[in-house]
Amino acid sequence: MSAKRPIESNGPGVDRGSTTMACGPAFDVARAVMTMLLGAMLLTAIQVVSARAGEPKPAAVSERALAAKIEFCKTCHGLSAQGFRGATTMPRLAGQTVEYIEGQLNAFIERRRANRFMYNVARVLSPEMRTALATHFSGLKAPPLRGGPREFTAEDLMAEGKTIFEEGVPARDVPPCLSCHGTQAKGDSAFPRLAGQPNDYIVAKLTDWETERGLDPSTPDFSITMLPIVRGLNKSQIKAVAAYLSELDP
Amino acid sequence: MTSPQQPRLRDDEPTVKALMMNLISLKTAVAMLLALAMGSHAARVKASGIDNCTSFCHGAAAQGFAQAPRLAGQKPHYIARQLKAFHDHSRDNPLSRQYMWYATENLRDETIWTLALQLAALPATPARDGRPELVTAGRLLFENGSPKNEIVICAVCHGPQGQGVRDIPRLGGLSYAYLKRRLLEWAEGYHASAAHPMPRAAKRLSADDIEALASYLSFVE
Amino acid sequence: MMAFGKRLALVGAALAIAWSGAAAADDSGVLKVSDGALRSKIEYCTMCHGENGRGFRGFIPIPRLAGQQPQYLEKQIRSVVTGHRISKVMFSVLTTVEPSMWRPLAVHFSQLAAKPLGGAQPDLVATGRQIFEDGVAEANVPACMACHGQGAKGHDPVPRLAGQLDDYVVNKLSNWSSERSQPSPENDPARIMAVVARNLTRSQISAVAAYLSYLP
Repeated sequence: MSAKRPIESNGPGVDRGSTTMACGPAFDVARAVMTMLLGAMLLTAIQVVSARAGEPKPAAVSERALAAKIEFCKTCHGLSAQGFRGATTMPRLAGQTVEYIEGQLNAFIERRRANRFMYNVARVLSPEMRTALATHFSGLKAPPLRGGPREFTAEDLMAEGKTIFEEGVPARDVPPCLSCHGTQAKGDSAFPRLAGQPNDYIVAKLTDWETERGLDPSTPDFSITMLPIVRGLNKSQIKAVAAYLSELDP
Repeated sequence: MTSPQQPRLRDDEPTVKALMMNLISLKTAVAMLLALAMGSHAARVKASGIDNCTSFCHGAAAQGFAQAPRLAGQKPHYIARQLKAFHDHSRDNPLSRQYMWYATENLRDETIWTLALQLAALPATPARDGRPELVTAGRLLFENGSPKNEIVICAVCHGPQGQGVRDIPRLGGLSYAYLKRRLLEWAEGYHASAAHPMPRAAKRLSADDIEALASYLSFVE
Repeated sequence: MMAFGKRLALVGAALAIAWSGAAAADDSGVLKVSDGALRSKIEYCTMCHGENGRGFRGFIPIPRLAGQQPQYLEKQIRSVVTGHRISKVMFSVLTTVEPSMWRPLAVHFSQLAAKPLGGAQPDLVATGRQIFEDGVAEANVPACMACHGQGAKGHDPVPRLAGQLDDYVVNKLSNWSSERSQPSPENDPARIMAVVARNLTRSQISAVAAYLSYLP
């Protein structure tokens, strides 16, 4: 075809030809160079990828960064990570399961669990940092954070709470807590430790479960397993089981 | 803790006019001497126009004279506040009523700040008219108060050297006679609307406390 | 700075006064503070701490006490007297206050209301609010609000910050460890604050202080 034919830029059905540039030896050279360049890039990419596959994983977090972050967590969660009663009651992290802590951090970041403070905290944590923190706190031991509002600490609540923990509430199809959380409420992978959790924290979470968790219907998470339970327990049963759990010190 | 019950200092207040006449002749003599001694300071004061307002009673270079306190080096916000208090008669001590109400009758707002800033900038020398044997006791009281007698620590507000800040006055170097009178008159109920907490703070002081404090402060640079 | 022995003696003296019956005992055997003594003491406190305990700017900023958490106030009195919190002025003052008067004083001031003294730079407030509500996670600064509450009114051992003098807040946060570095009980919130104060920058401190000083 004629390489010198002018291009017509409008009108349907115009034959624009197969090239719009000048053809000839110059183009052939250019095309050859381009091919070589692309090939080289592809080759490099392959090399890089294969080299990466053989390398060890990137280093985890620095010890200093981790220590600083742990100290930071403790400003809210208690100096021994046993929880702290500020204007809001912050939960115990000591002895919590690794999977649960990591899972919750992810839930905060993805807004499946709503908490303004934890969203701000979690979203700056790298995945490696989340793992490191979860591992650290999981290994801590601390006595329960006692005290709390008087309405949650009455003696008679303990007995009722123990019963619910061990037998559930059959009339309301509420299974025994220990069936998932363990006989000593120490938790098991995705099922969190409850032992020693501050009583007012447990009450608040069970009461607000549906407004706080599982907030992305397109990505259901473990929190749905608690739905029948929080719907089945009434207020005084929640208080009772919270009182019992908050005193456990396995 | 005793409350200071002292008789009024002067029962035979001369008339304003008589005192002014005495002061004029005395003032001339003193002013000449001081002008010689202070040289450019007094000259500067005179040139600025403060002279007409203040040196008549408050001494050349506003260092204080007789009953009138030193104004040189005083905190400007404090001076401004006192001028307003004289003008609205809330500061009603006997001498204030006799002289300062008259002196500030036609005081304009613009003048207040001009005066205050100029006076604040003047160098100040301590009066040193207190009782030297009381200086140590006075300093301890100034710096530590007396919590068991519920006497506050003056230094907490007036500064460790009594230097003042914002509208809290400088006390360092003011005359013993002036400070003593001021503290006593608060106990007598004068100037009850003075800035918190002075009237009450002064009331807790015993006569001995006042003697010691006023003596100490008169020597402070 | 007082020698430790001297300080101990003063504390002992203070306690001795308490148990010697300087405060009258009622029928139940509980030591009660006479109304007159309490009122006189309250008046004395307000001479420095301002009318209604709203704070006062002397040569140094003297903090607001009005509306403070009573548990916090009582604890601070105890900390000063035992030396866990270092304050030369307050030590000399509080060691002359009988321990039986601590709680009534704390309760009294906790019930007072007073408008904030104000005076901070308004243009710092917006930044201060952000730090207060969201913290600065990258810098390991927690959201103050989590412990101090949305209105900064505090909760039990966590103090009220609302309406506190901004220059006082700056002073405390800047000197936290030097004033409160004495070994303190394990779960002492003062130890928590040591971390927070350390992680805050100077401009963050100024901003937060400004924001707090305007809160009602």
